[in-house]
Amino acid sequence: MLKIKNLHATVDGKEILKGIDLAMGFGEVHAIMGPNGSGKSTLSYVLAGRNGYEVTKGEVLYNDKNLLEMKPEERAGEGVFLAFQYPVELPGVSSMNFLKAAVNAVRKYRGENELDAMDFLKFVRETTKMLNITDDMLKRAVNVGFSGGEKKRNEVLQMAVLKPTLSVLDETDSGLDVDALRIVGEGVTALRSPHRSMLVITHYQRLLDHIVPDEVHILADGKIVRSGGKELAVELEQEGYSRYTADAA
Amino acid sequence: MPAINETVDQVKSVEKYKYGFVTDIDSEFAPKGLSEDIVRFISAKKEEPAWLLEWRIKAYRHWLTMDEPDWAKIGYPPIDYNDAYYYSAPKSGDEGPESLDEVDPELLATYEKLGIPLHEQEVLAGVKNVAVDAVFDSVSVATTFKETLAEHGVIFCPISEAVKNHPELVQKYMGSVVPTADNYFAALNSAVFTDGSFVFIPKGVRCPMELSTYFRINAANTGQFERTLIIAEEGSYVSYLEGCTAPMRDENQLHAAVVELVTKDDAEIKYSTVQNWYPGDENGVGGIYNFVTKRGACRGKNSKISWTQVETGSAITWKYPSCILQGDNSVGEFYSVAITNNFQQADTGTKMIHLGRNTSSRIIAKGISAGKSQSTYRGLVKMMPKADGGRNFTQCDSLLIGKECGAHTIPYIESKNPSARVEHEATTSKIADDQLFYCRQRGIAEEDAVALIVNGFCREVLQELPMEFAVEAQKLVGISLEGSVG
Repeated sequence: MLKIKNLHATVDGKEILKGIDLAMGFGEVHAIMGPNGSGKSTLSYVLAGRNGYEVTKGEVLYNDKNLLEMKPEERAGEGVFLAFQYPVELPGVSSMNFLKAAVNAVRKYRGENELDAMDFLKFVRETTKMLNITDDMLKRAVNVGFSGGEKKRNEVLQMAVLKPTLSVLDETDSGLDVDALRIVGEGVTALRSPHRSMLVITHYQRLLDHIVPDEVHILADGKIVRSGGKELAVELEQEGYSRYTADAA
Repeated sequence: MPAINETVDQVKSVEKYKYGFVTDIDSEFAPKGLSEDIVRFISAKKEEPAWLLEWRIKAYRHWLTMDEPDWAKIGYPPIDYNDAYYYSAPKSGDEGPESLDEVDPELLATYEKLGIPLHEQEVLAGVKNVAVDAVFDSVSVATTFKETLAEHGVIFCPISEAVKNHPELVQKYMGSVVPTADNYFAALNSAVFTDGSFVFIPKGVRCPMELSTYFRINAANTGQFERTLIIAEEGSYVSYLEGCTAPMRDENQLHAAVVELVTKDDAEIKYSTVQNWYPGDENGVGGIYNFVTKRGACRGKNSKISWTQVETGSAITWKYPSCILQGDNSVGEFYSVAITNNFQQADTGTKMIHLGRNTSSRIIAKGISAGKSQSTYRGLVKMMPKADGGRNFTQCDSLLIGKECGAHTIPYIESKNPSARVEHEATTSKIADDQLFYCRQRGIAEEDAVALIVNGFCREVLQELPMEFAVEAQKLVGISLEGSVG
């Protein structure tokens, strides 16, 4: 469902991604691990279509469509979701309004009926309980004054209600304590299905205890330098990244 | 990508101002230009009593001695006051229709198109209980629910009708809050005002429905000079809303209104405005010049006047709805959202004059500038010597969209009472790229994302609007900013 071929990308004229190849099937969970500065976040932004992340070479096919030609909101409509490492604050915009605007925009893109306020509330409540999200949190402005755990749970909530087919989780474990990590991990795991693929970007192996990957790739200096099964993550945790950074250098 | 943007922009310019149509209707005009004869013409047309003609002439003569104010941060070519019509009335509306059956169907169709119901069985935007006074160019063409309101002793009628039926009230209050010589545009209005609404809420009455006036400029080369007077007797309450639109034209048209509010002991007036005059096109051609004087006097103790305005239209907005807090413990509020896009210029704010003891005022002003527009908040908070324990809180927030617009905050604070407390907070921010990207990643298109973020920015003010209008205002915020990004 996702085919990344020889992907090169620059930020501010500097090449960050230097030829990434990756293929994912339906329902698969792949982890991308790598040291700081290896291009993990850049890859997630390129997939989501952020301005300033310029693709210079290569292609990304998503369900056989050229993902790189689409606007960010079109990619979202096609089912691409990015859980942000640093979720953005939207002062004055209630989480509920934001969720509703997003869900209805995506439903519209997919040719489905927009939900009214009552139906929407019902629909959201199914998910909030699982993620331990209170109604009070939904009334507050998006991410404003949220704790690290609340922000990440809010990301998972958005992921749940938008029903993406490809979720990119960018360091979703960063800034989480053990309990928050467990809630987020369980929340994400509950969303696994044969129709949904996930690309889990992380620095540490600990998130992968909760979200068990089918494949693990090691990204170093803008390239995937090694791929393997879930045991590769464990190996990394023990040995560290020094071997790969040295290789790349 | 650029090709897509271009198409989107084209579609938008068609959709942008949906009120820009012209009603083809036979109208009667005063001769072009402004003179004492024109003032007499208007007064005669309205069959006014001698005192009012005298009042107008006095205002006109004073106006001749005055200079157009130039202190606001707005720029425009000199206005030729003789190159406009000061009176335009649909012929059918000449005598003032007795019932809707007598109103020209073209006019009814116009208001229907604007979404303003003039048949009482219809409801406004799904809301019951809104009485409407419809002012078309220089005259009121219909007022609804008059009988229902009369049962409660509430008077709601065109001001020209009030002059005939309630001359004692009009004579007593008109010009008592905004004197004829108050300022250049108020003097002009006093000389040539044509219609507007009159509201009287008797003692102890809570007005049973929202009152609303809908102003429409239709005729070309015509100025609209309306005058609104609202009197709330002891212990009464009224919520009033005005809306305004005009056709899209290449010329600039002048709108100079005066609004006066009076509250007695324990009375409250909530006055809301959704101003959507034609703002001109994306090159700054055309649009309404909106020079308005709005002032309320809290004459009684514990009385309250609250202004809420959403200013999205007009090429130029010059407007400072104010409160004179005369009664002890009286409260003045000003909630404002001013949005400028393209070449629009807005210089708007408020004046809170604290005279009585323990008077308090609250100012929340949100300015949003996009395109090449300029937006200025200008406000005065004045604590007079007897305003013991007076309090004010002011918050001015500006949001900039793009690199070519400007936002300015000019607060004046004068305190002559050491026990008074005045607080002022101000912020300026931009819509951040990461905010836009965050919304778009969730499927929300760029324009909608801007509308969402701006609505969030304005939330404190929008929630002050009567519920039924808040939704409309939110949509308007989005529409006004179309084409501001990308």
